[in-house]
Amino acid sequence: MASTHEQTAASPHDEGETRRDFLMLAAGAFGAFAAGAAVWPLVSQMNPAADTLAASTTEVDLSPIQEGQSITIAWRGKPVFIRHRTKAEIEQAQAVNVKDLPDPQTDAARVKRAQWLIVVGVCTHLGCVPQGQKAGEVRGQFGGWFCPCHGSAYDTSGRIRLGPAPKNLEVPAYEFLENSILRIG
Amino acid sequence: MASPGVVQRVSDWIDHRLPIITFMQHELHEYPTPKNLNYWWNFGSLAGIILVIMIVTGIVLAMHYTPHTNYAFDSVERIMRDVNYGWLIRYVHMNGASMFFIVVYIHIFRGLYYGSYKSPRELLWMLGVVILLLMMATAFMGYVLPWGQMSFWGATVITSLFSAIPLVGDQITTWLWGGFSVDNPTLNRFFSLHYLMPFVIVGVVVLHVVALHTHGSNNPVGIDTKGPQDSIPFHPYYTVKDFFGLGVFLIFSAGFVFFAPNFFGEPDNYIPANPLQTPPHIVPEWYFLPFYAILRAVPDIWFIDAKLAGVVAMFGSIAILFILPWLDTSKVRSARYRPIYKQLFWIFLADCIVLGWVGANPPEGYFVVIGRIATAYYFLHFLVLLPLVGKLERPRPVPTSISEPVLKGGGVRAQPAAAKPMEKA
Amino acid sequence: MRRVLAAIVAAIGLASAAAPAWAAGETPKPPAQRWSFDGLFGTFDRGSLQRGFQVYKEVCAACHALNQIYYRHLTQIGFTEDQVKQIAAEYEVTDGPNDQGEMFTRPARPSDRARRPFANEPAARAANNGAYPVDLSLVVKARFNGPDYLYALMTGYTDPPANVTLPDGMNYNTYFPGQQIAMAPPLQPDGVTYADGTRATVGQMARDVTMFLSWTSEPEMETRKRMGVKVILFLLVLTGMLYAVKRKVWAAVH
Repeated sequence: MASTHEQTAASPHDEGETRRDFLMLAAGAFGAFAAGAAVWPLVSQMNPAADTLAASTTEVDLSPIQEGQSITIAWRGKPVFIRHRTKAEIEQAQAVNVKDLPDPQTDAARVKRAQWLIVVGVCTHLGCVPQGQKAGEVRGQFGGWFCPCHGSAYDTSGRIRLGPAPKNLEVPAYEFLENSILRIG
Repeated sequence: MASPGVVQRVSDWIDHRLPIITFMQHELHEYPTPKNLNYWWNFGSLAGIILVIMIVTGIVLAMHYTPHTNYAFDSVERIMRDVNYGWLIRYVHMNGASMFFIVVYIHIFRGLYYGSYKSPRELLWMLGVVILLLMMATAFMGYVLPWGQMSFWGATVITSLFSAIPLVGDQITTWLWGGFSVDNPTLNRFFSLHYLMPFVIVGVVVLHVVALHTHGSNNPVGIDTKGPQDSIPFHPYYTVKDFFGLGVFLIFSAGFVFFAPNFFGEPDNYIPANPLQTPPHIVPEWYFLPFYAILRAVPDIWFIDAKLAGVVAMFGSIAILFILPWLDTSKVRSARYRPIYKQLFWIFLADCIVLGWVGANPPEGYFVVIGRIATAYYFLHFLVLLPLVGKLERPRPVPTSISEPVLKGGGVRAQPAAAKPMEKA
Repeated sequence: MRRVLAAIVAAIGLASAAAPAWAAGETPKPPAQRWSFDGLFGTFDRGSLQRGFQVYKEVCAACHALNQIYYRHLTQIGFTEDQVKQIAAEYEVTDGPNDQGEMFTRPARPSDRARRPFANEPAARAANNGAYPVDLSLVVKARFNGPDYLYALMTGYTDPPANVTLPDGMNYNTYFPGQQIAMAPPLQPDGVTYADGTRATVGQMARDVTMFLSWTSEPEMETRKRMGVKVILFLLVLTGMLYAVKRKVWAAVH
């Protein structure tokens, strides 16, 4: 049955045919563009909304944190570790031979002021929160943090020293404002 | 034949195990369609496309919406202000509901005009009525979600309809609410059902299309295709025609979405729901107005109070569509060849518009009288006029085949009506 | 079939005409004003928006909240990030709980919601003689002919007619439904001092604050209209092409 139709439909087999093909192609291209343009808002809406982006800076007052103390604050839904390092911890972090590290980085490249270490408290292996913030928690053999999930150990500069994690703890963007206020993000 | 390419071999391999390609070829490509369908036949596929648009935008909106009385209103405003393209997606969804009803109402009136509900398409028609009912329920529950004043009071009024049911009415209303008024439990269940129902609609649409493809489309002449000369393959003829129709429709709806997004809405719905204060004018969405008018039109009848009678009449006005194929006694499908029915069709359409107009106005003064007359006529049309006219009317001569009137510029040649037993009066 | 089209157009017309905007009572329809945001290409007047924000801040904000607005949104009406920070810092907002479990106040940041004048509705009613100053963020969208209504309301205070006696604390306003409004005339000549030197007449302030509140109602309006023009132009071309293809494909059948 279909053959009879195709014969009748395709009978003017001259330049009308090529014009039709061109029209079809052009309309198809426009239609494909329209479909793509329509899909974009549906994809884009999953990105962080304006309110989420706006809330992505957090300010902390550092003055109550004593030497040797650590605090954890939430930034973008993740924990950020702020450690007021002791002299011994700073020296320990600086004394390491950078070449021996899995993810070589000097301590100086990871801090803005030596006594304040600020890192995102998320293990770079699979996203657990390492222990070592509170007194009495295991800090691992390098005195920094120890991830209970798969045994990654970080040093007093937040660098990976042992275990499956590939990278050092991430240092977020931050700056020191006046009056011992720290702004993260 | 040359050795088939990789694509051909892969598609053959799949088709041998899951004949999806043969199926598509059969139902969307070769599918023989009457060659004389006019643009009123565009609205079926258009409705299907809108259903997809509504489901896609709805799923996206649900990613940002919070179904809780304390957060629903603000979460919608957050979509409008902070979510990337949120305003666009919400306005498409919001106006999409109105567009859906415009398209489906045109689709239904097209069926009424050309007698598309007649044998052998009764089940096709009844499935369509089921889709309409599901759409109404979905639209109603969706309108509640933004939790504005109209959302809240619309929900209160509509759910209270069920309290008209004798004996168990109050229990049913409490059950629907999940409490003693429309409140957080109600909002939660409405959100759940609003998300579910479109997929039920998709299921019924599939049945609707299966029923359609069993006997093929009706056509403006209303006679069956007599052979290959009467039909053309669906692709490319109707695919390209449907795409063109889609383009026109998109321009029409873009006008609303971008330049009058709240044209179909109510300003009151931008006021957060307040259970202690009813807005001075409660109006349902426009697509419910004729039914709302019928609800309010019915007075006390004997021992039945007006509340129950109104509810019965309102549901009856849709339920009557289910038995329409048997109420219309004429064997001729298309109103083109039914001079009296044709007039009745236009009067009925006008009656529905009058009902919508009455529904939009407060039930005072002459609106009450007009509403009652229009309601009475609505039922008169189906219950009295259609059966009688089918018997009494003398149809104009029906052409012997589709290709005849179409090829010659649409002129209908006079032929004895008795020539075709199928179409005789 | 043209009749069907006509009927559909008539139906839409009827439905919109039937919307009982000003049907009830004797509240007159507010006179139509010209607004820069009218029409297909309308935009908000930036100067007017910022003046309107000043009117809101110095007059309306004493009683009316702006719940959907966060300070960061103000960059959209032409303030720089630093200006927004300064504006936000003028307000104290409650935050917490702190390490001691107590709530504390701090200067607002751009990511904070605009501070509301009252903690909750009962507090607002208690301070306003039982009347509730409505949230203004959506007020233009939530009224029929929103901008015209708002302008008419703010400039529509008169003395009551002789046959009307107002209860204590009520004022007479032609354009308020019922004519009795608890809000005292909010705008006085030179009630604010505009930084750009514009004379602060009641009409000028009413226009500016209406402009500002139209923006708070529909902050997406300019983007929406701009996108709409592009989308419709594109669709016109695409639909024209589809029509041509359709004609070609069907040529053999007709």
